[in-house]
Amino acid sequence: MNKQISLQDFVGQLEDGMTIGIGGWGPRRKPMALVREILKSDLKDLTVVAYGGADVGMLCAAGKVKKVVFAFVSLDFIPLEPYFRQARQNGDIEVMEIDEGMMLLGLRAAAWDCPFIPTKVGLGTDVIKYNSDIKVIDSPYDDKEWVAMPALKLDAALIHTNRADTRGVCQITSPDHYMDDWFARAAAKTFVSTEEIVDTEFFADEAQARFVFWERSQTTAVIHVPGGAHPSSCAPNYGFDAPHFKEYNASAKEGGFEAYAGKFITGKSEDEYQQAVGGADAIQKLPLPTY
Amino acid sequence: MATPAKDYTLAELIICANAAAYKDDGEVLITGIGVLPRIAASLAMKTCNTDIMMTDSESWLLSEPNPVGNRGADFKQMNETWMGFSRIFDNVWSGRRHLTGGPTQIDRFGQSNISALGGTYDKPKIQMLGTRGFPGNSICHANSYFVPSHNTRVFIEGECDVVCTIGYNPDRLPKGYTFDDIDLRMIFTDLCVMDFGGPDRQMRLVSLHPGITVEQVVENTGFEVFIPDSVPTTPAPTEEQLAIIQQIDPQNLRSKQLKDNPPGDRS
Repeated sequence: MNKQISLQDFVGQLEDGMTIGIGGWGPRRKPMALVREILKSDLKDLTVVAYGGADVGMLCAAGKVKKVVFAFVSLDFIPLEPYFRQARQNGDIEVMEIDEGMMLLGLRAAAWDCPFIPTKVGLGTDVIKYNSDIKVIDSPYDDKEWVAMPALKLDAALIHTNRADTRGVCQITSPDHYMDDWFARAAAKTFVSTEEIVDTEFFADEAQARFVFWERSQTTAVIHVPGGAHPSSCAPNYGFDAPHFKEYNASAKEGGFEAYAGKFITGKSEDEYQQAVGGADAIQKLPLPTY
Repeated sequence: MATPAKDYTLAELIICANAAAYKDDGEVLITGIGVLPRIAASLAMKTCNTDIMMTDSESWLLSEPNPVGNRGADFKQMNETWMGFSRIFDNVWSGRRHLTGGPTQIDRFGQSNISALGGTYDKPKIQMLGTRGFPGNSICHANSYFVPSHNTRVFIEGECDVVCTIGYNPDRLPKGYTFDDIDLRMIFTDLCVMDFGGPDRQMRLVSLHPGITVEQVVENTGFEVFIPDSVPTTPAPTEEQLAIIQQIDPQNLRSKQLKDNPPGDRS
């Protein structure tokens, strides 16, 4: 089965009001080309589930978001995501703010078709005070109470990988695949943008196959977008674009998101976006960060 | 034997105090968030508790802590296993971890906040990071705090604007839990070291940094701290510790973490 599609075909498969999970972590390996297609679309009222970075900030700024399910939204070296911050401080969005590990449990519950997974995480904190959807329950096995972390069922997951074949075998060679496998498993449909399309024989090498973290049955479609994580990183191919993030961050103080989007995204194809930020070659040469 | 240093900075004093907190932790993952807590964890791993585990702050568990800052192209990182974020939670939920983090607010119960300030929850005045992994950290394993500027905006009079961690608050104690299930350890500030060893887990002054008075701590804390009859001075770093700190932080990033990089002794 050939699952390769175009960016335009991808965005046509999403609908208003969907719950969309976005892989990656903060400014790292975010499927930003897919996010940009959503920004250019008429989609609205989305619920976004993410270990958030500029993906969440941009979608909020463009008015695409009804609700964000998050543990943090951060650009790491710029700790506070400017447009997520604006959306929160303006009271523009609903939120489900949870612990990072609770999000992992919610994705696992969805992947495993369980209504919830019990955990002690969240007890005694405002996570259970402000989230009326998260219940605290008695245990059939001990005398303690437990947080019943509900399944975070996704209509769609968006993920960016280093390699994929057209059948949906996806490889992540970055140092961390984060929770991307759980996003893929929690979703009804998983859309994967990738740096490189390889032949299926590529994975015959055990050393390569070890970096495949979910089965192709969890991949709905593959979109070939080298540089598609920009301005986030896609290690080991390239690092995040610090000057670009600084410009993005500054736009929140002066000009606003419309000016940023007007310069880089609105009315532009992905190729035109990449030319506007310095070119595809420059993206691939962005230095990897030191932690 | 250890030789107390005469010339040292406040940053180095705090690093050594923080490192000492890991001495009896055994074989656990130590996470120090920020430059000074990370140097402290590395110092502990090289001195008082060589069983400690540390990560590269990205995705590998290390047998030798990485120096902080840029490390040069020929640097060989000493990995011992993969430790991506999903696996971090396997460690967190096992309880075999001690974290030193830096919250924006800490209240009298030891509850802390990194999520948002002011306004209402639906429309905060200042949105910060979000609750991150703080709820899970606080109920699963040992936690200490680092506070670079000890003042009443951090140590607030009331309860935290958003309570991100469980503390010693009787009104929030979950069913079936006692305070023994919560392991808040130490607080390291630019003025002093504190713990929760007062009556009913009240925050207690453990030691004052050289040149700092009890009155300064009291004035800069928004709630009552338990003050023992005699309060020792935070021990000065040893020359041996300073030499190891220099190896961990050859670019002296520690000098840029506290405003004006004060000396260790401010008397």
